[in-house]
Amino acid sequence: MEQFILPTLGGLLIGIASVLLLATLGRVAGISGIVWGAIAAPDRHWRWLFLIGLVAGTALMHITTGIAIPAEHTDAPLLLITLAGVLVGLGTRIGNGCTSGHGICGLGRLSVRSLVATSVFMATGVITVAVVRHLFGSIV
Amino acid sequence: MRAWLALLMGLVFGAGLSLSGMTSTVKVLGFLDVLGDWDPDLAFVMGGALLVSLSATPWIITWVRPLLADAFSLPATQSIDRRLITGGALFGVGWGLWGYCPGPAVASLAYGYQSTLIFCVAMVLGMWLAGKLHLITSRLND
Repeated sequence: MEQFILPTLGGLLIGIASVLLLATLGRVAGISGIVWGAIAAPDRHWRWLFLIGLVAGTALMHITTGIAIPAEHTDAPLLLITLAGVLVGLGTRIGNGCTSGHGICGLGRLSVRSLVATSVFMATGVITVAVVRHLFGSIV
Repeated sequence: MRAWLALLMGLVFGAGLSLSGMTSTVKVLGFLDVLGDWDPDLAFVMGGALLVSLSATPWIITWVRPLLADAFSLPATQSIDRRLITGGALFGVGWGLWGYCPGPAVASLAYGYQSTLIFCVAMVLGMWLAGKLHLITSRLND
């Protein structure tokens, strides 16, 4: 039971940040959209500050709580990490969102489009892990 | 004021991600390993976030305008088309290969791992590539 407490608390914080961003600035807290917007949109200022906050919030959380920093996957091939990154970037821009934009904000406003997107990326994520781990044997 | 609020929301979002376990690729891959040795913990992240989002968002979007901006910037697209499915599918494969979706990937830059930086650069490259290949319909309008 105990192992569910931190994920739930973390989820509540993520939800609160998303809802407050919408209530104050009227923006969807979709991180893929914010990342691309920070590079390509005319109104970049708030996006960069949000992303800096994302990194700083993570650092502060580990410093203040003493929760161990997750270990790095040093045994994964560079090509795999690069391919994963390109696919995430490509997919989130083509599909207009990621886990936060579709999964939390989109579902929160009862968007059928986001429900479909979330179901699709959850499904292909599960299939990918199954194929990599159980068909080819673990590479990560 | 608007900018500082964005920083504050980023801080809370990042704190939530790292507290929840989403910044651990091991944890995420364990969560996605439904057909193997499934680690269900991260379902509670989605649960907690959706609890807040589902209770407040439908009400907030009925407001005439947000508290500190002229209008809501919500996605206008409603259609469920091939791009949505294709994009979602590609994103899921990338997520399952390494264990990072965009939020945790950016947040994890705090750990200073070279692999995270490579992932983030590749992710931006993928986003740029989507535009170059004319695979997108949405426009950044502001």
